[in-house]
Amino acid sequence: MEGEGERERKRGGRVCCVCNEARASVKRPKTLQHMCRECFFHAFESEIHHLILNNSLFSPGERVAIGASGGKDSTVLAYVLSKLNRLHNYGLHLFLLSVDEGITGYRDDSLQTVHRNHLQYQLPLQVVSYKDLYGWTMDQIVDVIGFKNNCTFCGVFRRQALDRGAALLKVDKLVTGHNADDIAETVLLNLLRGDVARLSRCTSITTGEDGIYSPNAYRGFAREFIKDLERIRPRAILDIIKSGENFRISTTTKMPEQGTCQRCGYISSQKWCKACVLLDGLNRGLPKLGIGRSRGSVGSENGNGSKVEKSIQGKQCGTLDF
Amino acid sequence: MQLTLEFGGGLELLCDSKKIHDVNIELQNGEDKLTMKDLLSWVRTNLIKERPEMFMKGDTVRPGVLVLVNDCDWELSGQLDTSLEEKDVVVFISTLHGG
Repeated sequence: MEGEGERERKRGGRVCCVCNEARASVKRPKTLQHMCRECFFHAFESEIHHLILNNSLFSPGERVAIGASGGKDSTVLAYVLSKLNRLHNYGLHLFLLSVDEGITGYRDDSLQTVHRNHLQYQLPLQVVSYKDLYGWTMDQIVDVIGFKNNCTFCGVFRRQALDRGAALLKVDKLVTGHNADDIAETVLLNLLRGDVARLSRCTSITTGEDGIYSPNAYRGFAREFIKDLERIRPRAILDIIKSGENFRISTTTKMPEQGTCQRCGYISSQKWCKACVLLDGLNRGLPKLGIGRSRGSVGSENGNGSKVEKSIQGKQCGTLDF
Repeated sequence: MQLTLEFGGGLELLCDSKKIHDVNIELQNGEDKLTMKDLLSWVRTNLIKERPEMFMKGDTVRPGVLVLVNDCDWELSGQLDTSLEEKDVVVFISTLHGG
């Protein structure tokens, strides 16, 4: 038998470069520093605190909903925000807001995690379901549309479900958790697609935008590329995000105007928002309506999406993140 | 050599949806130590039942898979060259499977 101390020493266990005491357990990609668990948590949380202050994200007394999927990003967000709120007296009223898509067997685990978050961090929880909001569960949507393309519905409906749930809770703000990999991936995808409007919006810390939907298979390549880059130089991910943040669009570029949906009042650059177009299609028995990159007006059923559709592979719906 | 292996973040789906595996690995003749490199090839042969490309790329883990040896990032212990000891705990977590 050997003691834990003995074992650490054998490993050549390096010590944390911040406290110079505890054994380092992580090499932080952002700085390449060797840090122990406690120092890493402290650095991470205080960076977020400063980010909140520097961007004046909240004011005292505000009601704030935390988009909670049960995944790691939103769990970290719920933990950090409730901790900082207590520690620094932000004076925020925090809520957990969760979306139940109505996919048999799929959400059970993650909704359990959300319930655990609810108890652990003592935050009130509101669950909104697709069935209540749209009249359709994801299972019912898959029944009519099949396994291809259903991610379009799920993604668009989810983002709006959060906003509608937020309205239900009468909150002033809605926050969602994302990791650097995801943001960097989105920057790259917008760049590859030439979607200048989204490129400039996607890294902004506050938004008012409608749901981003992702031409699926493509995303996998971007992710793989990012993780390969990271292996060569871990900071590359943060640098891609920085590029996105610093992107400036020349003032002569025509940008799509952000207006509101004429049907439901949600933010939209088109006459109808994406969710309303999709919902309209479902209710009219034309579920493919609005899928693919039809930038045209509402009711453009002349099959202009069909060519694009073919290239869109059904994505394995593993992404629980908002 | 007895080791505890843990798979998370979706990787457990590649090995019968079981997260924790207590394993006993026989050392090759003449060898008295086991490195992470040896362990990875053992895992690939003995535990991964499907889509090995989700777990490995080349002779190492796929980028985006975190590896912890006794709660410590393997980048600090020498990655593939990390040598393992009796009762060590090795954790693999995929970060590629959604937030």
